[in-house]
Amino acid sequence: MPTSTRVEITYREAVRHCIIEEMERDPNVFIMGEDIGRYKGTFRVTEGLYDRFGSERDDFIVPGIARRVMDTPIVEPGIVGMAVGAAMAGLRPIVEMMTMSFSILALDQIINHAAKVHYMTNGQAKVPLVIRGPGGAANQLSAQHSHSLEGWFAHVPGLKVVAPSTPADAKGMLRAAIRDDNPVIFTESPGLYGIKGDVPEDPEFIVPFGKAKVAREGHDLTLVAYSRMVHVCLSVAEKLAAKGVSAEVVDVRSLLPLDTSTIYASVEKTHRAVVVYEDWKNGGYGAEIAARIAEDCFDSLDSPVGRVGGLNVPMPYSRVLELQCIPSDDDVLAAVDRLV
Amino acid sequence: MAKQATSNLLESPADLEKFYRDMHFIRHFERYCERAYRQGKAGGYLHVYIGMEALAVGWMTRIKVGYDYVITAYRDHAHALLLGSDPVACMAEIMGRQGGLSRGKGGSMHLYDIPRGFYGGWGIVGGHTPLGAGLALAAKYRKEKRVVLNFLGDGASNAGVFFEALNMAALYELPCIFIIENNEFAMGTRLEYHAADTELHKRGFPFGMKHERVDGMDLLQVRQDAKRIVDWVRENQKPYLVEVMSYRFSGHGAADNDQGLYRSKEEIEEAKNRDPIHLLEKYLREHNVMTDEKMEAIEQETEEAAARVFEAADDSPHPDPTEVYDHVYTDMSPEAGH
Ligand SMILES: Cc1ncc(C[n+]2csc(CCOP(=O)(O)OP(=O)(O)O)c2C)c(N)n1
Repeated sequence: MPTSTRVEITYREAVRHCIIEEMERDPNVFIMGEDIGRYKGTFRVTEGLYDRFGSERDDFIVPGIARRVMDTPIVEPGIVGMAVGAAMAGLRPIVEMMTMSFSILALDQIINHAAKVHYMTNGQAKVPLVIRGPGGAANQLSAQHSHSLEGWFAHVPGLKVVAPSTPADAKGMLRAAIRDDNPVIFTESPGLYGIKGDVPEDPEFIVPFGKAKVAREGHDLTLVAYSRMVHVCLSVAEKLAAKGVSAEVVDVRSLLPLDTSTIYASVEKTHRAVVVYEDWKNGGYGAEIAARIAEDCFDSLDSPVGRVGGLNVPMPYSRVLELQCIPSDDDVLAAVDRLV
Repeated sequence: MAKQATSNLLESPADLEKFYRDMHFIRHFERYCERAYRQGKAGGYLHVYIGMEALAVGWMTRIKVGYDYVITAYRDHAHALLLGSDPVACMAEIMGRQGGLSRGKGGSMHLYDIPRGFYGGWGIVGGHTPLGAGLALAAKYRKEKRVVLNFLGDGASNAGVFFEALNMAALYELPCIFIIENNEFAMGTRLEYHAADTELHKRGFPFGMKHERVDGMDLLQVRQDAKRIVDWVRENQKPYLVEVMSYRFSGHGAADNDQGLYRSKEEIEEAKNRDPIHLLEKYLREHNVMTDEKMEAIEQETEEAAARVFEAADDSPHPDPTEVYDHVYTDMSPEAGH
């Protein structure tokens, strides 16, 4: 295997590069969404793609109207429904949700259609579909644009759900998602688009689903998180270290399938766990992780499993109130204090 | 000895006989489905096509089976049968058995036969219509010359996602024929109580889509319209919206046992004057294509064939409990256990 060179790029670039590489590799891969082509994407993830995949005749579906980087009307159910049909007939669509909050409109297509096809056909048809986009709070987008819905999707058999926290994982997991024959929900926290990290350049670099990662080693307690909350936990671990407490941070990365063994191995070592998630605390995916730790690691635990989630309120517009809703270092530190 | 058939036939005598058999077989098959339901061998929701046979026969015999794509809602038995799906596998699926098209995981509303181009079989009213547009998108993307028959009910033609699909099909010039099977009822709600404008074909107009209303009871007329429109769409690679006028003789579903809430017996009897099977019989008789004896024999044979299908399907075992986890994903199993 060639030793892979690495480059420092942003999370946004990692996603973009992966889409380009996969579209160049496989002519069946295409991307559709609102304002992703001529307008370059609301968060500029798809910048440059429209021109890159528009020069050759083959990239056009309808000359002048639609190409492999396909601008769509603002119709999330229609977009996802069309993508499901195209996927059943052998294409590999990537759907960009302008924000994951809008996937609420498409829940019927995602849950009732995409997730059910393989089962209802008893394996006759498959749906290699990726639905990706920013999920979670950004900056004062208020109540209708700040949802973390990955827990809803991770509830649904037939879907796979991932939420990478680093540029390298974003690139490696998006590649796994595009090559996966099942519908995948791929959430990108808008707060992560600008972060930088070393990413392998190898166009075959893949981070498989169902493998959590120990983002920081420690032995006194385990912080479990995914997406942007991993960074909160890493910051908390740093602060705890200054106080002489050694926290291990497990980055779940993949919610469905969930790698419980990495989580359990950590908890069995540290005997304490706090699960941190940005979604509403009540009924969010962190509750599922916490329940599993309690159920399966009971004998290893020295204290109840802690949970830190978003406040159970619609996201307020005021920056002060918004920051109050999203779990912060202090919220996690307080939860740790309750355990130790 | 039968008289010589008239020379100005619209179809060959052999084809006419085949269509006649198909219509009878579908009707008998559906009656056996209803019997299966009454006997508790089929459960859940079950919707039969009785009264609408000419619609499916006319359209499905105008496409390239195995090449073109077909998708519809839950009233899907006739479509599968006409694509050549094994009737025993269809009936076994309706009974939830191992021998079913999806080994009992789909049921009556969810028949699929992908190798034959049958993409289901969907239970959310209107929900599959963008999928049909997506099938057409895949064909267009690969620069093939397929057409998609995208069937939906008159009730489904009110769904928002249907309008989204119409717009995108027109925008992207997709070779998709939206076929509204207007049987005058959305469950227990009559057309004029659910649609502000009952000329449903007009729904193509705002999208610049060709659209028209055609008959769905006179098979020979249906076949002509279907050919004209399928040919046009294949040639022009653009969508089309057709409203096909029909009527269902059975209840909405097998559990619909209070039809008096939405229509009278007289109305059903009146509609039966245009029973598609009788209309075809009239033609066959008038043009000396078939004697009454022959028609009776075919009716008898197709009844017996449906009976054999019923028996064979009923012999198929129920799925094994271990199968419950199969095909949730292509490459992994969900976590097991409660
Ligand atoms: C979204 C949704 N709402 C309600 C139903 C319940 N339902 C099933 S069939 C039906 C009537 C649909 O009528 P139509 O589209 O005309 O089709 P037909 O049954 O006449 O073939 C209703 C209301 C459903 N399956 N899906």
